[in-house]
Amino acid sequence: MTLKRLMVSAGIAAMLAGSAAAQQTLVYCSEGSPEGFDPALFTSGTTFDASSHPVYNRLAEFKTGTTEVVPGLAESWEASEDGLEYTFHLRSGVKFHSNDNFTPSRDFNADDVIFSFERQRLEDHPFHSASGGSWEYFQSMSMPDLITSVEKVDDMTVKFVLSRPEAPFIANLAMDFASILSAEYADAMMEAGTPEMLNQAPVGTGPFSFVAYQKDAVIRYAKNPDYWADGLPKVDNLVFAITPDASVRYQKLQAGECHIMPYPNPADIQAMQDDEAVTVAQQEGLNVGYLAYNTTVAPFDNPKVRKALNMAIDKQAIIDVVFQGSGQIAKNPIPPTMWSYNDAVEDDAFDPEAAKEMLEAEGVSDLSMKIWAMPVQRPYNPNARRMAELMQADFGKIGVDVEIVSYEWGEYLERSRAKDRDGAVLLGWTGDNGDPDNFLAVLLGCDAVEASNRAQWCHQPFEDLIQEAKTVTDPAERTRLYEEAQVVFKEQAPWATIAHSVVFMPMRPEVEGYKVHPLGGHIFTDVSLAE
Amino acid sequence: MLRFFISRLSTFFVTFVGVTLISFAFIRVIPGDPIIVMAGERGMSQERYEELSRQYGFDQPVLTQFWDYLTGVLQGDLGQSFVTKKPVWDEFFALFPATLELSLCAIILAIALGIPAGVIAAVNRGKFFDRALMSSALVGYSMPIFWWALLLIIVFSGNLGWTPVSGRMGLLYYFPTPTGFMLIDSLLSGQSGAFVSAVQHLILPTIVLATIPLAVIARQTRSAMLEVLSEDYIRTARAKGLKPWRINGLHALRNAMIPVITVIGLSVGTLLAGAILTETIFSWPGIGKWMVDSIFRRDYPVVQGGLLLVAVVVMIVNLIVDMLYGLINPRIRTRK
Repeated sequence: MTLKRLMVSAGIAAMLAGSAAAQQTLVYCSEGSPEGFDPALFTSGTTFDASSHPVYNRLAEFKTGTTEVVPGLAESWEASEDGLEYTFHLRSGVKFHSNDNFTPSRDFNADDVIFSFERQRLEDHPFHSASGGSWEYFQSMSMPDLITSVEKVDDMTVKFVLSRPEAPFIANLAMDFASILSAEYADAMMEAGTPEMLNQAPVGTGPFSFVAYQKDAVIRYAKNPDYWADGLPKVDNLVFAITPDASVRYQKLQAGECHIMPYPNPADIQAMQDDEAVTVAQQEGLNVGYLAYNTTVAPFDNPKVRKALNMAIDKQAIIDVVFQGSGQIAKNPIPPTMWSYNDAVEDDAFDPEAAKEMLEAEGVSDLSMKIWAMPVQRPYNPNARRMAELMQADFGKIGVDVEIVSYEWGEYLERSRAKDRDGAVLLGWTGDNGDPDNFLAVLLGCDAVEASNRAQWCHQPFEDLIQEAKTVTDPAERTRLYEEAQVVFKEQAPWATIAHSVVFMPMRPEVEGYKVHPLGGHIFTDVSLAE
Repeated sequence: MLRFFISRLSTFFVTFVGVTLISFAFIRVIPGDPIIVMAGERGMSQERYEELSRQYGFDQPVLTQFWDYLTGVLQGDLGQSFVTKKPVWDEFFALFPATLELSLCAIILAIALGIPAGVIAAVNRGKFFDRALMSSALVGYSMPIFWWALLLIIVFSGNLGWTPVSGRMGLLYYFPTPTGFMLIDSLLSGQSGAFVSAVQHLILPTIVLATIPLAVIARQTRSAMLEVLSEDYIRTARAKGLKPWRINGLHALRNAMIPVITVIGLSVGTLLAGAILTETIFSWPGIGKWMVDSIFRRDYPVVQGGLLLVAVVVMIVNLIVDMLYGLINPRIRTRK
């Protein structure tokens, strides 16, 4: 039946395409509606999938399937000796898309780069407040403090001047918020009195051009015939069929109504792997789920107490019950897909007896504590309440009494930040730019205490290592520093590292060339459909 | 009739102001600061937080915020979504036709099946059909909607392949949607097969959404009919030797309709609530999904505006129902 319907729809597709050779249309059952199409205004992956990946390019790009940074709209770049100036040489002959209201009169050049950054950076820029939005990602990556100026050297050369050496800078420029928009389109829309069109009808240089969007229903894209990378993209049309329910996405995939889907129900994965009409790609996600002790409150200010508690947690049981197999035990604060991951670090052994003895040796008895369970599902923690219950049982076995608390999500984030917080917090992190700094400094650095450092942990030997790694540009040297930082982290145990999620992408067998992207995006530039 | 209309309209206005107040207060009582929810795990600096607070007007006293909102509403300005930055009004009108189309189809199906079923059950009281109908009505009434929807999808879309799994229109069809009603737009588009595709996509969600109102209407019709059938004038009509279909169809049914219409009016509220689940499962681009998302994101303007607009729709339907009473039963419209 399914096959028959596929043939019928293929027939209709051919009919619609007229006499031309069959057009290939890739249908992606996406999980939700994008907030808009200007990636710099938003922070959610759903929005990036619909905007920055198909429609735009950046100066540097992440090579799909890796966290490696490769040239994009900049063919090459060099940093000055002191690490304060980066000069980018732009790719020539790159064309912007056109739409009903706009046809570009020139190719991509330095003005577009300057526009794309200055609108986020300068408060008096005409587009700074034009979309009524805020530049959240640009702000949260500290770009306003970091970038001193963006200068046009000539039409095809741009220079960024920084206020301090920052090795992750190039990786930041490969992030979604750094997508390059057309300055000419922006001017045209401003003149027409419709600056919001930048967010509603995007024009970029990416592999697909935007055709139409109907909220909560469908987004349509067409192949960009002038795309600068030869032979890409491989399909003629890209369609997002917005399907919020995971079970329904699976049904649509089986029925041939879409070719590929994200975020399956963990409970369905086994059935999908057994299903001949479906293939499942998988990879560890760029994330970590952890339990952060408050290291400023006794007895959790003692590393040995934290270490003892870590040894009491049966992580394998958590992977089996909470992740239902879609996770892997975490021993380091960064995931294994990230460069500088230190595989030589040994995880704390699961040993309740030894843990109990360690607590006694530290003079800790009748300990009672709170564990905070998040009220929302996240890839790094699909069910925090269940996880907290398992830990409650584990800690109970070594004589530690646990009370589980939870708050509404906004409250949870806010209250867990407090320095005198009572209890250990379940939380996690998904990486932004594939740089270890984005985990180690953001989550464990001294500057982040009372903010994203939920362990309130400021340990000088660790801090020195990650600060030095920020200023060095040699990758080998940075790797060494981060590997050492992970050793210090493990000895000090500010967190119990719990798990990294495994990302599953179910797709139909005719889908070829799809790579699971560690940074979380869903990218279809290299994907083709077998006949 | 005019006096009746005016008195209903004044109630309408009082309710409107009440709903505005409740929708405004309600979302603020739930814990969760929209700015912090937006920032998520990433968090933001205190300066940035204050800047955004100012931008959204949260630094004003709550009473001032309410006054600004109320004056805005009375001028037809429901504000802008925090998330998409689009006017609430525009988003509502882009999505509401989908909900309306689905709800209308569901209520028509519920009435078309529910009233005859209730009449037949009442006439055959205690017989097999009556008992079968009442049991299935009870099942239909108590069934969880999401479970029922998934079951139908798995059987009819998955196993049998008769209907599409979800959505409003086959992805191969692409045409402008001037009215927002897919049944009409697909005909206007002139593309062959588009209308059939629209109907196919409507079948399962309509059945799911109609299930509860259908059960309620059938049960209400049956009990109202039973009551009327025991009246003296029905016995008189029988004694006169009228044909059974004239007795049941004209004399009894017309008088049994008053409570049935009440129930139909009330089910509009149920329908819109049911539409939230139905729309989410069938990826139906209506206001249900929109409102649920807005609550999770603490998107105040959308929650307030959406609640208000939905309340207005329910109130209008109730107003129409009240008018219908008057048409069916002259005693109501002349009562002082």
